[in-house]
Amino acid sequence: MKTQKILAWIAIAIGVIYFFVPLIGTFEFSLRMRRGEYSADAYQSVFSDMQFRETFGFSMVMALLTIIFGMLLVVPTAYWVRLRLPQIRPVIEFITLLPLVIPAIVIVFGYLRLYNSSSWIPFTGSTSGTNALLVLSYITLSLPYMYRAVDTAMRAIDVRTLTEAAEILGAKWPTIMLRCIFPNVMSGVLSGAFITFAIVMGEFTMAALLNRPAFGPYLQLVGANKAYEPAALAVIAFAITWLSMGLLQLVSRFSKMAPSRP
Amino acid sequence: MSAATTSFIDRRTVVDWLGIVPFMIFALMFLIIPTLYLVMGAFFTPDGQFTFRNIADLFTPSIISAYWISIKVSVASSLGGALIGFFLAWAIVLGGVPSWVRSGLLTFSGVASNFAGVPLAFAFLATLGRTGLVTVLLRDWLGFNLYSTGFNILSFFGLTITYMFFQIPLMVLILTPALDGMKKEWREASEILGASTWQYWRMVALPILWPSLMGTTLLLFANAFGAIATAYALTGSSLNIVPILLYAQIRGDVLHNANLGYALALGMIVITGISNLLYILLRMRAERWQK
Repeated sequence: MKTQKILAWIAIAIGVIYFFVPLIGTFEFSLRMRRGEYSADAYQSVFSDMQFRETFGFSMVMALLTIIFGMLLVVPTAYWVRLRLPQIRPVIEFITLLPLVIPAIVIVFGYLRLYNSSSWIPFTGSTSGTNALLVLSYITLSLPYMYRAVDTAMRAIDVRTLTEAAEILGAKWPTIMLRCIFPNVMSGVLSGAFITFAIVMGEFTMAALLNRPAFGPYLQLVGANKAYEPAALAVIAFAITWLSMGLLQLVSRFSKMAPSRP
Repeated sequence: MSAATTSFIDRRTVVDWLGIVPFMIFALMFLIIPTLYLVMGAFFTPDGQFTFRNIADLFTPSIISAYWISIKVSVASSLGGALIGFFLAWAIVLGGVPSWVRSGLLTFSGVASNFAGVPLAFAFLATLGRTGLVTVLLRDWLGFNLYSTGFNILSFFGLTITYMFFQIPLMVLILTPALDGMKKEWREASEILGASTWQYWRMVALPILWPSLMGTTLLLFANAFGAIATAYALTGSSLNIVPILLYAQIRGDVLHNANLGYALALGMIVITGISNLLYILLRMRAERWQK
């Protein structure tokens, strides 16, 4: 068994080198802006850039809207399918996985042809319409993650009994949804929200092709024109991803440790 | 027959189906119809005549070479990712390493598999670019000039190792549960019957694992094939892969034929669709052993 352990550590070592060298390299590069010494000049330059703040804020708003409207779509659907239409669950699951099969660039290409300013629903004819289409495209992109997260959380609770109990106590549908179902699948909602946040903040294709001033296209623009700022931005982006994923793991671990309801 | 049908479609059934109408409308409008529109468009001329011309035009040298480079990058990064990912998953499940290594690697994989797009390109440029950390250290410490060997981060090989940064973690995340599902009894039984470690892996473990291995590799392939942001930020439009060609086509009709653009998109859907379909079939096979 000794060789096995040595091989395992070799594998881990290769993994650690491969994963950490680019991160260290990026960090080191981001500090190199001032000649001859390490400084945080690149970060200063990034944070004082108005465009950074504007695009970051824009993507932040888009991410929040995506999460809110995405959850308003996903939670009732997942609930309804579990309660009333279990026979079509495979169909719904298949649809929610389609965004992983169809590349994002193909989906947005379809939008541009179908919803341009001379079409039956001219989403891209106005700024607010394009923003709405961007949010809808982000909901599509995050559908696989949101649906799975919510559906997994719903498996853990007995949807039917909860609903019947609420009905017997005289609750109407809005009350059942908002005060029984949502709080009980909160861990799933939060997991889905964090991963959606990470996806939307760095997303490039949709925003670039819909011509919206989001964070992803801004990153690309800086990358094409500056030397040290991109590395600083990569460090910031990695921190955002790390934060969202860290919160996700925290939520899922917390919900696993919570005592199961009798 | 008719009585049975009318009683079947009662009010409650109608209400049941009404509940998923919002979702269905959303899926149709923002997922299915846009895709079908492109698929249909690939079979028509700009003035609405049915044709196979666009599909045939895909087989011109410049488009074929774009598909070929895309396929090569996707195959190389998925095989590399699968191989390293498998050994990492094996190491944390069966290698006897402390449990903090396992949880650490799994947490990190969750992050790294989502760290793609433009920032990933920046990270590799800062590491392996002409003035990147590794390039500089190799030059200053070992006197080894990486770029004189013909290496370039803005190339096929550079793109492949960059893609592996999100491919390896994805493999680890999907394969760890599969390796966890390998029962101890199988190992013990084969040892009692006198099998060596090699025989156990060749005759028991790998035949059970290969649907997972193959399936996940196909998933990684599709994952790399559809990716654009990393490649675009890394190489601009100097590396002619399919998503970048399609991006240029959407931006400025570089193919001078809108319907050929639809055919290009159709080609991407077919390739990612087939690999995902095979992945699903293989996963169903793999799950037989994990119950």
